[in-house]
Amino acid sequence: MSGTMGNLLEVRGLRTVFDTRAGEVRAVDGVDLDVRPGECLGVVGESGSGKSVTFASVMGLVRSPGRIEEGTIRFEGRDLRALSPKELRRIRGRHIAMTMQDALTALNPALTIGEQILEVLYAHDETLPSVGRARTEAARKKAVEMLTLVGIPSADDRLRYYPHEFSGGMRQRIMIAIALACRPKLLIADEPTTALDVTIQAQVLELIADIRTRLGMSVVLITHDLGVVSEYCDRVMVLYAGQVVEEGPTAAVIGDPRHPYTKGLLRSIPRLSLRGQPIEPIEGQVPDLIGLPPQCRFYSRCNERIDACLQPIAMREIGAARRARCIRLEEETRP
Amino acid sequence: MSNLIETRNLTRILHETVPVTLVKDITLAIGEREFVAVTGPSGSGKSSLLYLLGLLDRPTEGTLFVAGRETEGMSEAERAAIRLSTIGFVFQFHFLLPEFTARENVEIPMRRLAKLSRPAMRERAGELLRSLGLGDHLDKRPDQMSGGQRQRVAVARALANDPPLILADEPTGSLDSRNSEQVFTILEALVRERGKTVVAVTHDLDMAARMDRRLHLIDGMLDGNLPTETPKPD
Repeated sequence: MSGTMGNLLEVRGLRTVFDTRAGEVRAVDGVDLDVRPGECLGVVGESGSGKSVTFASVMGLVRSPGRIEEGTIRFEGRDLRALSPKELRRIRGRHIAMTMQDALTALNPALTIGEQILEVLYAHDETLPSVGRARTEAARKKAVEMLTLVGIPSADDRLRYYPHEFSGGMRQRIMIAIALACRPKLLIADEPTTALDVTIQAQVLELIADIRTRLGMSVVLITHDLGVVSEYCDRVMVLYAGQVVEEGPTAAVIGDPRHPYTKGLLRSIPRLSLRGQPIEPIEGQVPDLIGLPPQCRFYSRCNERIDACLQPIAMREIGAARRARCIRLEEETRP
Repeated sequence: MSNLIETRNLTRILHETVPVTLVKDITLAIGEREFVAVTGPSGSGKSSLLYLLGLLDRPTEGTLFVAGRETEGMSEAERAAIRLSTIGFVFQFHFLLPEFTARENVEIPMRRLAKLSRPAMRERAGELLRSLGLGDHLDKRPDQMSGGQRQRVAVARALANDPPLILADEPTGSLDSRNSEQVFTILEALVRERGKTVVAVTHDLDMAARMDRRLHLIDGMLDGNLPTETPKPD
């Protein structure tokens, strides 16, 4: 993958490992990724695929015993790994925001919604007046704007409410408002809908899509649900056991998956269009990420495997905009 | 001994499409230096009661006195002021601000109360954290600490303004047994050594049995003040 000028986020060769007693866990192993201005990138994988650790690495939030072993992470051309913690903190709050998995555990019950949004604005928003009443007023105005943007009615009044006075769906909206308070250029939404029922899930995803258009923001949607990706993402990246296995425009990848894992994922989700056809789960388990043999990581679960898969497999380009990590692509492309 | 909390027929009804009774007719008194458990099945109104006692919610009926003051008719600003000076909260999740260090998180309630100078706040936050065994973690952010350490920072934050009353909602609910025991011991010491009153919602009946007494709720109503095996100290 060649670097392109103009990417908002550009990650190359990212390796994040966790030193455990049992050995070194290679949670993210050589991930390359781009996020372009204004696009929505879906990042798909099972738990343990490295999708959350990849973005924790981008945010500088990998906790010990984890560490980034190598790789570059550039945001608007700046190398985030070279920044001081203070500078990184500034970018993280102001330009890159992340929504938490569970809104029910992210809001402090003892503080009003207004206090919690204002706290974030005071910490990160450098456009606010520096002191006094003007600062409070400007922050308050912004908080009302953001709550209105996420569809909280009578936002001015609601600033005085406590989290328990809102429903689960409303709290999720408030979390998004807090993440968006400083109008970031990139929103990383990690399973934004895990704790919500299906109707509210759809509302939250619609909301993120709508705000993305209105603010011209880029979104990374981390999910295990290819159905969600097909509806909301321009491009999709599929991760398996710490590596990218397939990447490309969503319609192309879902319409014509090239990696056996992506094909398996698509066969394993219930879809209206395939009603009556059996759902086929992918047999087997994600390999242990300690002491992985240098071969295709999907080998043990793959129904298309051949002996040649028992060697390191590099990403292969499929036309200009697609890539997949499968040796058998070459058979298909041969005349 | 004066009462820190007194309620009479405290009732909270949510007026949704169908009215939902969260707590009903609760009359109780909690004094100084008491270590009180609130137990009951899920949905029995434990947290709702705690929110009412903590002035985070208003009763539909009944009266509530906190630190000798009748709370009905108080403005939101007055309620907030009482909360800030009189009540510390600890929840199941730590709710520390991720971008701030342990010390800064503990300073936040002091800044809101604005009684101490900035250096004094810093000093006090450091002292509180050290007294909870976090002397080596003053300048760490929450993501650089373990779950048990984060919950101890949350306890330090609850103590920031030296409130007489600590309300805790499942304070050990997301911790393993070793860290649960450590946090329980800290809460107990707050009562026995620092003279605080601690009211804690818990699912853990063994833990409840080690407290001075137990308020058991069923369907939003008090099922009697159950004595526990621990005799209450004078």
